[in-house]
Amino acid sequence: MVTKTLNVSRKHEIKEKFYLIAVLQGMWITLKYFCRGFFLWKSYTINYPEEKRNYSQRFRGMHFISYDENKIENCTACYLCQTVCPAECITIIAEERDPLKNPSGVWKEKKPKSFDIDALRCCFCGMCEESCPKDAIKLSRNYELATRTREQAIYNLDHLKREVKGRG
Amino acid sequence: MDLINIVATLIKIILLFAISLTAVAFCTWLERRGAAWIQGRRGPCRVGPFGLLQPVADGIKFFFKESFVPEKSNKFFYLAAPILTLTIPFLAMVSIPFAENLYILNHEIPMRIARFDSGILLVIAFTGLEVYPVMIGGWASNNKFSVLGSLRAASQMIAYEISMGLALLSMILVYGTFDMNEMVRFQEKWMWGCFINPIAALIFWFSIFAETNRLPCDIPEGESEIVAGYHLEYGAMKFALFFMSEYVAMIMASALIATLFFGGYSLLPGFSLVEKGIVALFSIRSEIVNHNLFIIFQLLSIFLKIAFFMFVFIWVRWTLPRFRFDQLMDLGWKILFPLALANVLLMGIVSYFFIYR
Repeated sequence: MVTKTLNVSRKHEIKEKFYLIAVLQGMWITLKYFCRGFFLWKSYTINYPEEKRNYSQRFRGMHFISYDENKIENCTACYLCQTVCPAECITIIAEERDPLKNPSGVWKEKKPKSFDIDALRCCFCGMCEESCPKDAIKLSRNYELATRTREQAIYNLDHLKREVKGRG
Repeated sequence: MDLINIVATLIKIILLFAISLTAVAFCTWLERRGAAWIQGRRGPCRVGPFGLLQPVADGIKFFFKESFVPEKSNKFFYLAAPILTLTIPFLAMVSIPFAENLYILNHEIPMRIARFDSGILLVIAFTGLEVYPVMIGGWASNNKFSVLGSLRAASQMIAYEISMGLALLSMILVYGTFDMNEMVRFQEKWMWGCFINPIAALIFWFSIFAETNRLPCDIPEGESEIVAGYHLEYGAMKFALFFMSEYVAMIMASALIATLFFGGYSLLPGFSLVEKGIVALFSIRSEIVNHNLFIIFQLLSIFLKIAFFMFVFIWVRWTLPRFRFDQLMDLGWKILFPLALANVLLMGIVSYFFIYR
């Protein structure tokens, strides 16, 4: 196959060919930005650990399981989130709930014995949150997910039942 | 040469070292902070007030890193290159005058380290040597990438040495002297060199960027094509010496530009008024004190000029994208070189008919 090259002629004015003017324009722009940083202390970045960005309410971060006023989780171990999860990171083991430890008329006959979310596999799509009929599993706005070991990144039920205000 | 002169020379050498190395530390800070400001970031702001102690932290880190020598390298030249690279810009600074002669205890002390009548030749000689540590370092570390980097550095520096030399030659034609003090006096009497000969100022200015390997022409260093450049095999303090030498060379180049084209130590506009005001305020009668006060203002003005040019180096670095190698060579050989030659001819005519008539 023979490749053909096509030379497109671009007409430059003499002003454009004499690059110094363009260079000076660029220098003027960077000087403006320099002065903005130097005199006005403006920047687009933040001092991260001290200041934190406020993300939107719809931000999907670390998971949590909501609970009612008696500290009983809303989850009924229906397996919908485990089924819908595209990354297959949710593992639920269900058991029967003791009816004696079920006050205030909340009728939940199943409860999760263990509820593990592997955050290393999770893709934070939010489909578990969408599918949950009890609004139990939710994604908070906490985006600081770093852990020291891989084991810590697998969230168990105790971790998921932590107190999250609003959406975190 | 009596004792006072020897002591004064030693003090001057120590002062030059101390001031330039402090300026280097400050410049690395300004480089990173200025880059951050230009790009709308914060930059290093944790160590000390405004992050000013960041260079100290960097220095401590460099000292405590492992100092290694590659096994197959040429040990002598490998170790000689970082030493040479820092020495040569300092040597070139030797003959740059920072003020008129100072009078202390009836002794005349020139405000430059070495008193050469042809100081500009010394500067040219040592800036010409600046290419050698780069070549030696790249070659001796026995790594193909550093050899490639040093080859690029050598071809670029030699290409721009020529147009730089021709720009200097045209200025020498204008000033009619090799003595840098005389050059400054000429500019005090007439006007700054950049107004007499703007083309040479522009050519010299650009060639300096290529000579010091600063960003529009930082071909010797390229992260994407050759891993780092000629200092690829250097670590710890040996790399830091290469890094510092770049800034020392920048200071030297700024001083050279200030002396040749921007009036050197001649007072900045407005400074003479301030100086006269101080003399009138304290009613200084003594001729010598008056002269020495004048010299302090001269020192201040050349330091301000050097600081401004250092800032321009940093400013340009974070504004312009880098050249491709062939573009750089085209600019050097096809545009700047003929332009510099024509400029020498023009300045010959101008100085013959208008200046030395």
